[in-house]
Amino acid sequence: MRVYLDNNATTIVDPHVFEEMEPYFVQKYGNPNSLHSFASETHPALKVAMEKIYAGIHAPKEDSVVITSCATESNNWVLKSIYFEQILTGKKNHIVVSEVEHPSIIATAKWIESMGAKVTYLPINHEGLIEAEKLREVITDKTALVSIMWANNETGAIFPVYEIGEICAEFGVPFHTDAVQAIGKVPVDVQALNVDYLTFSAHKFHGPKGVGALYIKKGRELTPCFHGGSQMGGYRSGTLNVPGIVGMGKAMEAAVDALDFEMTEVRELRDMLEDALLEIPDTFVVTPRNKRTPNTILISFRGIEGESMLWDLNRAGIAASTGSACASEDLEANSVMEAIGAAEDLAHTAVRFSLSRYTTEEEIEYTIEVVKKAVERLRGISSSYAYAPEGHESGLDAHH
Amino acid sequence: MGFDSLIGGTIWDEYSNKVTELMNNPKNMGEITEEQAEAMGAKLIVADFGAESCGDAVRLYWAVDPKTDVILESKFKSFGCGTAIASSDTMAELCKGKTVDEAVKITNIDVEKAMRDEPDTPAVPPQKMHCSVMAYDVIKKAAAQYKGVDMDSFEEDIIVCECARVSLSTLREVIRLNDLTTVEQITDYTKAGAFCKSCIKPGGHEEKDIYLVDLLEEYEKEKMAAAATIGNESGGAGSFKEMTIVQKIKAVDKVIDENIRQMLIMDGGDMEILDIKENGEHIDIYIRYLGACSGCASSSTGTLFAIENILKEKLDPNIRVLPI
Repeated sequence: MRVYLDNNATTIVDPHVFEEMEPYFVQKYGNPNSLHSFASETHPALKVAMEKIYAGIHAPKEDSVVITSCATESNNWVLKSIYFEQILTGKKNHIVVSEVEHPSIIATAKWIESMGAKVTYLPINHEGLIEAEKLREVITDKTALVSIMWANNETGAIFPVYEIGEICAEFGVPFHTDAVQAIGKVPVDVQALNVDYLTFSAHKFHGPKGVGALYIKKGRELTPCFHGGSQMGGYRSGTLNVPGIVGMGKAMEAAVDALDFEMTEVRELRDMLEDALLEIPDTFVVTPRNKRTPNTILISFRGIEGESMLWDLNRAGIAASTGSACASEDLEANSVMEAIGAAEDLAHTAVRFSLSRYTTEEEIEYTIEVVKKAVERLRGISSSYAYAPEGHESGLDAHH
Repeated sequence: MGFDSLIGGTIWDEYSNKVTELMNNPKNMGEITEEQAEAMGAKLIVADFGAESCGDAVRLYWAVDPKTDVILESKFKSFGCGTAIASSDTMAELCKGKTVDEAVKITNIDVEKAMRDEPDTPAVPPQKMHCSVMAYDVIKKAAAQYKGVDMDSFEEDIIVCECARVSLSTLREVIRLNDLTTVEQITDYTKAGAFCKSCIKPGGHEEKDIYLVDLLEEYEKEKMAAAATIGNESGGAGSFKEMTIVQKIKAVDKVIDENIRQMLIMDGGDMEILDIKENGEHIDIYIRYLGACSGCASSSTGTLFAIENILKEKLDPNIRVLPI
């Protein structure tokens, strides 16, 4: 059996989405901006898709939802344009991000920092949550942008974007949120909160890879990042990704339709998995369930290094994820675990399971069985549970 | 950059089959209890290295025959990723049947080589080399415990790059002999910094006392100081020429001892001075390579130029070195 529980990394494309995209590769392949029937036959589907995308986040028509290639592009665009317009010109000198943003925000913020601007990395608390009031202490009259994600990719923690939006409005500072992990998991309505920029990406909600978007509120227009043939109203040049846009439209519609299912059925399966895993001794979950997206668990198994757990899961056909040292090239401990200040010995033990509306009860039962076996085997190997003769002073506690 | 760096891949694909097998079924995983050691007539040694908070930790058990110092049985328990477990297992295997003194000589490179499927294909990707270092460190810890000495006493030199086992003195010499100015050059010459990259500069996986960037800076400062005092030293050249032949041989030998010989020995070679003759304006030093140096391609190119340059610099600019 193969079980895919890494849906915060990417998702299966909904077959209905794929079906809608299919005609726009071989049959209707025209460039929408040309002057002939090959171009115009793409227009109806593009219009429908854009309407679905607007509807999905409840964006008013006067605002812009600019299609990009991915969330990384959207995030880079916001931060860098703010840098070029506000900071390089000397009007402002500061931005605020959370310390657990996606690398496309953190790395861009670090670049801006290297160019001489100030960056505040807002900390999370022991539950993995942002405290909105903390923002008041760091915003200055020179703050050009606040960028805080809607939901965290590692823990699923939902950040208080409504309160953050209000504080930003109070100080007159533009607010950007990376909503990549929010679409299809919690209601996203850009009119229900004060938000100026919002990023999302189709492949996180059963759409295709290679297509993302940036919502831009009217009056907050950005300098383009891609100059060229003036597509997307001149905000983002580049030939329109017709099948991608069509796919994202359909995927957005399906995600919004499935939102209730996600918040009930998917949540139930997630809770079933979580309950069973927490029955295993010495297991820990940080963020409370009701403050998380309904599909995500980040759980620590004491004494088992994250990559080892993935190894055993993968042998049994189960896909999960870890930000732990050994599984990534940079050899850093899970940044969220570090930020939470989890017990040091747990920093390398976190494993993330992320479900989707395609996850079945049978798959969860199988996963529970496999995880229990893996824990038994790996704790059998682990030095954390190893025998020591009487009087042996453990040398495994200190840093080396 | 380039093709291989663009799509990336899963690090698991770079593990050898042996690493995979050992992760799935570690052979020497387990414990030795006091009772079991006693039954073998052996002394039980339990040594720990690493920490869970750092991402990997290992506990090594030895049953050592107190009469012969032979390790009769060797087992491990490990917190870590697949390569850490496989390295620990291989390390425990390599210890078996060896005396404690022999076991101390096992290096992380031996552990890594023992896990290779093909002699020339690394068993683990570069960023996983540090896992085998831990396996090596715990042996020293166990041996130190058995002998009742300090662990550092087994290390004759400070190791700057643990993955490739390159010592401080080697790095200092190679940098000076070849006039290296970048980390990439150091890596090309010595392999230091090619693996987990912790030794390059602060901020890597492991915290170090000294980094490659520090060594480059140290050399840079030294060169600047030397340039400042160059006028004072220029008188030295004439004095070499005026020495007797015995004095000349002694002076050359001293320079070679201080600057070159250790490097050659580390590569399993050596050299000797055969004769020194004045040839017009030149002073020709005839040498013979010994051991691994004879027949080494670099003995007539890189190494030779390095020897000649250092003798020119220290003794007389008219020196020529001629290998026989």
